[in-house]
Amino acid sequence: MPELVEARMTTTPPQARPEASGRAPVISARDLSLTYETADGPVHALSHIDLDIRPGEFVSLIGPSGCGKTTLLRVIADLETATGGEITVNGVSPHDARLKRSYGYVFQAPALYPWRTIARNVALPLEIMGFSKAEREERVGRNLDLVNLKGFERKFPWQLSGGMQQRASIARALSFDPDLLLMDEPFGALDEIVRDKLNEQLLRLWDVTGKTVVFVTHSIPEAVFLSTRIVVMSPRPGRIHDIIPCDFPRDRTLEIRETQGFIDIANRVRHGLREGHSYVD
Amino acid sequence: MSTEAASLPRAAAPPRPGVWAGLWEGHALPVVVVSLLIVALWYVGAVAMNADLQRSAFENAGQKTWTTAELVAGTLAQERPRLPAPHQVAEELWKTVVDTAPTSKRSLVYHAGITLSATVLGFLFGSVLGILLAVLIVHVRSLERSLMPWIVASQTIPIVALAPMIVIILNQLDVTGVVPKAAIAAYLSFFPVTVGMVKGLRSPDPLQLDLMRTYSASRLQTFLALRVPSSVPFLFASLKVGVAAALVGTVVAELTQSADGGFGARLLAGSYYGQTVQIWAALFAAALCACLLIAVVAFADRIVLRRMGYTR
Ligand SMILES: Nc1ncnc2c1ncn2[C@@H]1O[C@H](COP(=O)(O)OP(=O)(O)OP(=O)(O)O)[C@@H](O)[C@H]1O
Ligand SMILES: [Mg+2]
Repeated sequence: MPELVEARMTTTPPQARPEASGRAPVISARDLSLTYETADGPVHALSHIDLDIRPGEFVSLIGPSGCGKTTLLRVIADLETATGGEITVNGVSPHDARLKRSYGYVFQAPALYPWRTIARNVALPLEIMGFSKAEREERVGRNLDLVNLKGFERKFPWQLSGGMQQRASIARALSFDPDLLLMDEPFGALDEIVRDKLNEQLLRLWDVTGKTVVFVTHSIPEAVFLSTRIVVMSPRPGRIHDIIPCDFPRDRTLEIRETQGFIDIANRVRHGLREGHSYVD
Repeated sequence: MSTEAASLPRAAAPPRPGVWAGLWEGHALPVVVVSLLIVALWYVGAVAMNADLQRSAFENAGQKTWTTAELVAGTLAQERPRLPAPHQVAEELWKTVVDTAPTSKRSLVYHAGITLSATVLGFLFGSVLGILLAVLIVHVRSLERSLMPWIVASQTIPIVALAPMIVIILNQLDVTGVVPKAAIAAYLSFFPVTVGMVKGLRSPDPLQLDLMRTYSASRLQTFLALRVPSSVPFLFASLKVGVAAALVGTVVAELTQSADGGFGARLLAGSYYGQTVQIWAALFAAALCACLLIAVVAFADRIVLRRMGYTR
């Protein structure tokens, strides 16, 4: 897997890899709430969220539709402003963190610009952030390779399948090498096989680079396989139901899915989800 | 790692039918049928409208009786008919376009040149003005409420009333020649461009805008990398309307500023001397020029949109 070797060269060397403890949290939420005022009355999308995410963690948010997973990610990204409580990203407000370009965001939909080719879509953040042309080309090539889209540089988005478009959007978020990745169901539209493959690649990338990942998913096995911690959320109002530690070795492989430890954690997550659902009126 | 690129089957291009066969199957048949119907109706109308003129012509010439065939033939060959027959207009067009030197004042090519130069100049000015206004309106909230009512009001004033005033005022300021006519053309063509561009610059969806926000892109960067490319299809749609409006504006201005020539001057001279055939020929020539201008814009539209990956 040559692309991983390259990834190693351009990011934090493994010996300097941050450990999951003893460092200031990347994300710290205290009593965080967000209420949307709608025509039909207030919607409590987030309510009393307390969460610390430390450098190098891989945290999955899992929960039924409408429980506020996207909203929480958007608050971290300063795309939405909390109506109560406090939150810091890299020790500063989400607004300041956004201005420092601290995170890469993968949306639930690919959100590629239809008038740009795949290569130019991946280059978009690099253009905005003022990377040189040579640097842009090198990064576009490397990241398209990483998501298995080599050869599609000059295609327009409509010429790619939905899954390929989503992979292009992942390459775009990785292209400027942010330390924090916010991913909203990035693999929701992919088939099982490609999903497994990308899960392994994402895990390897995370292991090698020491990035912090906040990852939204609906899939229990995906959450258990990828995460160091799983945040189970429940709806109305959107809140944290349970936080389940998930300490498999960082260089885990897909085989761990057959182990008893994996199955136990998956069961705990499933149990938590079911309990969360029982609150629903 | 990139086996997928190589092994993914590319959709084979469907076999292309011959250009003419395609045209015939696609659009040509209905177009021909409708055109023939219009020509036929036109002939019926010409006979009906010119019949009593023809009867009095026979009477004045001392002819007491005439056959229907004579009457019909007569209605289609008058020198100053109420409604000229299609072949009379075609003959006049042939005479004034092909048989007359383009430098002559009797040539429609000569007049087309005058009208087109003012139209194109006015269209360019109007489009630039329209785009600038749209950019201002999209970026300065308060301008939408303060500017837009005036822009809309400007288009509610009948141009036939406004054009002579503008031309006369400009003439008194020693602005003559192509500029007053181009000003009227610009006056009519900026409006659709402004409306279309405001819509186009606002067309990015929230997700596309959020993406720019995550990069903490500046307003200028968002404008250049997102709003401008999103607006291009809207721009071309409104340019097509704008270029036709510019031609109308020029012709109306030429009615006032008729000494310089142009289709408007031909229309005026034709109605002054009762030369209906000349009026209709000028009308047709003007319509053909409008079609030509729209075709040029449509061609640019296709090229640009294809290069931007909008068309499949
Ligand atoms: N802009 C908005 N205005 C009003 N209500 C909103 C808005 N965005 C989200 N909501 C509401 O907030 C709640 C949480 O929405 P959110 O998108 O965060 O859910 P989610 O957990 O991401 O769901 P899914 O798994 O379906 O993506 C929902 O009840 C939703 O209707
Ligand atoms: Mg969501």
